[in-house]
Amino acid sequence: MATVDQSKIRNFCIVAHIDHGKSTLADRIIEKTGLLTSREMQSQVLDNMDLERERGITIKAQAVRTIYRAKDGEEYIFNLIDTPGHVDFNYEVSRSLAACEGAVLVVDAAQGIEAQTLANVYLALDHDLEVMPVINKIDLPSAEPERVIEEIEDVIGIEAQDAPRISAKTGENVDEVLEQIIKKIPAPQGDPEAPLQALIFDSLYDSYKGVIIFCRVKEGTVRKGTPIRMMATGAEAEVVEVGYFGAGQFIPCDELSAGMVGYITGSIKNVKDTRVGDTVTDRSNPCAEPLPGYKKVQSMVYCGLYPADGAKYPDLRDALEKLQLNDAALQFEPETSAALGFGFRCGFLGLLHLEIIQERLEREYNLDLVTTAPGVIYRVHKTSGEMIELTNPSNLPDPSEIDYMEEPVVSAEIMVTTEFIGPIMELCQERRGVYLGMEYIEATRALLKYDLPLNEIIYDFFDALKSRSRGYASFDYEFKGYVQSNLVKLDILINKEEVDALSFIVHGDSAYERGRKMCEKLKEEIPRHLFEIPIQAAVGGKIIARETVKAMRKDVLAKCYGGDITRKRKLLEKQKEGKKRMRQIGNVEIPQKAFMSVLKLDDK
Amino acid sequence: MQSAYVEQLIRETEGASALAEAYEASTVFIGGGTPSILPTCQIPRILGKIREIFPLRKDAEITIEANPGTMDAEKLHAWREAGVNRLSIGLQSADNRELRLLGRIHTWEEFLDNFRLAREAGFRNINVDLMSALPEQTCGGWINTLEKVLELHPEHISAYSLIIEEGTPFYSRYEEHPELLPAEDADRRMYEDTRRILHEHGYERYEISNYARPGYECRHNLGYWSRTEYKGFGLGAASLLGRVRTANQSDLKEYLAGNYAGEREELSEQAVREEYFFLGLRKMEGVDPEPYRAHYRELLDRLQEQHLIEEKNGRICLTNRGIDVSNYVLAQFLDD
Repeated sequence: MATVDQSKIRNFCIVAHIDHGKSTLADRIIEKTGLLTSREMQSQVLDNMDLERERGITIKAQAVRTIYRAKDGEEYIFNLIDTPGHVDFNYEVSRSLAACEGAVLVVDAAQGIEAQTLANVYLALDHDLEVMPVINKIDLPSAEPERVIEEIEDVIGIEAQDAPRISAKTGENVDEVLEQIIKKIPAPQGDPEAPLQALIFDSLYDSYKGVIIFCRVKEGTVRKGTPIRMMATGAEAEVVEVGYFGAGQFIPCDELSAGMVGYITGSIKNVKDTRVGDTVTDRSNPCAEPLPGYKKVQSMVYCGLYPADGAKYPDLRDALEKLQLNDAALQFEPETSAALGFGFRCGFLGLLHLEIIQERLEREYNLDLVTTAPGVIYRVHKTSGEMIELTNPSNLPDPSEIDYMEEPVVSAEIMVTTEFIGPIMELCQERRGVYLGMEYIEATRALLKYDLPLNEIIYDFFDALKSRSRGYASFDYEFKGYVQSNLVKLDILINKEEVDALSFIVHGDSAYERGRKMCEKLKEEIPRHLFEIPIQAAVGGKIIARETVKAMRKDVLAKCYGGDITRKRKLLEKQKEGKKRMRQIGNVEIPQKAFMSVLKLDDK
Repeated sequence: MQSAYVEQLIRETEGASALAEAYEASTVFIGGGTPSILPTCQIPRILGKIREIFPLRKDAEITIEANPGTMDAEKLHAWREAGVNRLSIGLQSADNRELRLLGRIHTWEEFLDNFRLAREAGFRNINVDLMSALPEQTCGGWINTLEKVLELHPEHISAYSLIIEEGTPFYSRYEEHPELLPAEDADRRMYEDTRRILHEHGYERYEISNYARPGYECRHNLGYWSRTEYKGFGLGAASLLGRVRTANQSDLKEYLAGNYAGEREELSEQAVREEYFFLGLRKMEGVDPEPYRAHYRELLDRLQEQHLIEEKNGRICLTNRGIDVSNYVLAQFLDD
């Protein structure tokens, strides 16, 4: 293979607000550049997992290389890096962007700029990427491409008059996008002879090859046999194979040199050694500095995961270990709950990440799970001066030992049409938001800025936002820091027994409201027993709310004659079977789903 | 259609002649649906066929189920003559409004008339079926029904607390308006009133829903709860022979075409053990736990601690509380 001419390479990503057509455009680009015939195309090639396709979201970064024969007669190599589209994966997005020279910004011709559009654009501009706007969905009757172009110029301040007006769905004008990529996005630079410096933007575990590192070579060249070192983790390996990304397959090549995007394998056993953002170098000829921007990804949301059937505990551990091979952001450690038995306290990037892991465990590993209320990491400052990071409410020290507590806060930007500003501000107020300001994007739309406690948005904030704005509000946030806060632990007592798995941390002012709702919800979930069951919410030993599940008075089959016996048996069996799916707390049987009640407190 | 059905019924009975050689029948029960609507001649024909095929004990209990309004003097005399010695009348309520809400087409007055005719025809063993916890029924209304029926001195009373089963029109109607049904507390009060009032009048409860004057317990039904063998004929009829439970075809067309057989289940040892308890405990005299005491020792102890069962004279039986929640108690006897 001849040395690749850097001027014929374009490394770019596509950024967009959710549902603005990012994956569809990626598909069209792959199709148009002849990598696959449309017959071979499965819809949305880059979303590998069933889950990604179903939910229409991208979870892991993906990359694909295609060859484009341009109108100038030259062949260009396109490396398209698809980025996760959710705030949970913000850091991964930033690393993917760092691997590119340009970003194709897809904006929906009907909806215009949304919160994630802005967040992504700012992220791209931060990385000095050339942002190339594309107006999508012009086939929609409600499309207003000219208005959206003006909006882009006004709000983002980038030139957009010649932005291609396309329909990724029908393929209309996609050729124009390809031509503009060549003209507008710069070719990569870098010296193939310099010491190796390659950015890891993702990695995955393959049972045959070991870890496959997805990287962008910034300087130097890597080939089979290169002794490599990950500069942050210190892990070392001998390169076994390098190559680039076909559609859904890895194609080996001789070397990857400065400007190229590809993969490296080297019998590496664990993705923990190949963290996203780390720099790969040649340890026999190391580069002076790692690439900037590496940070270890921190879990933001924690919850307990328990097998519904206690005997499946080892299966759950195996499954988590397997998932972790591919997901360095997933953390877990064993924990025991009096109510739920043996399980794991797991850390996630956010609620979406949590849901994805939960769904994958249930689907791909066939596990039936009980999930406890998700929480964030609280900082507990003890009177002794010691600070602990609390991920499990049960571990909260005695109040007498606590000096003060802190909770994580995010900066949130909410884009909303002006008619809904009132309801959305009210919502943020209810969620203890601190108002920072408001900018009008155009006459009818505004961008609200709030600081919000993370624990107020991890459950259902997004749903509440959508319902109070009839779906028109969009939302983006980033972690800001910790602030001191009046936090208490809300305990739930069922039949006078504290149920550890139902405890959660809540702001002192909302403890009563939450406790009351929790009791009401549990009253619905817990079936009647032979005896009366009090359900109580308590803070620091003081009962603040109570409901009662009345005792079962009548459960009798009045008639049972010769023809009824078989049916009667089935009825009794069903009754007994139902009990098996419950958890025994003292002498009360609690259905598994009751442990998720806290997630549904704002249902009505 | 009726006569075609009776023809098949008779043919099915004839087909059991080989089986009949091994048995002597001690009870006959003509019921399920409303056999009393059949023309006068049919019941004697059916019974005649049964006598021809099966040896019947001299003192056999022979019951027919009848609904008010479907009987007349002629029918009642014909039944008596054919050997029917027990009559079970589905009255349900003495209140015409309650009957209407239940969807019954008869009235209290029709029942009174039929009851008198039955006595005149010589029936000395009559059961009256009643239902408590009916829609819009009050405790007072229920006691009124009981007292009106007691004036007639029937030998036996079945008093069922209404259970609304899923899939019935009743279910969909009252699922949306549960307030129209008596509350559980009222339901249980009615049940307790029933026991007390009937006891005062000389009737004893011998099964969850059955009361009789001494010596008039229904031998046929007691057989179901004691796992005595029985052979059923007709559409959907159930049988227990040895360890095998069968149910006939319940598709009328198929049945009329002569395809009688339906489901068949051979009971395991475990199933027999479970039935022994979940059927036997319906009887107030309970069951002798000895054959399975070792197997259920822990359960029996636990249920006694919970005051759901008690042991009296070597027999285990449900307490009043145990009756109220008998589904829970009986389900415990099912093993995994």
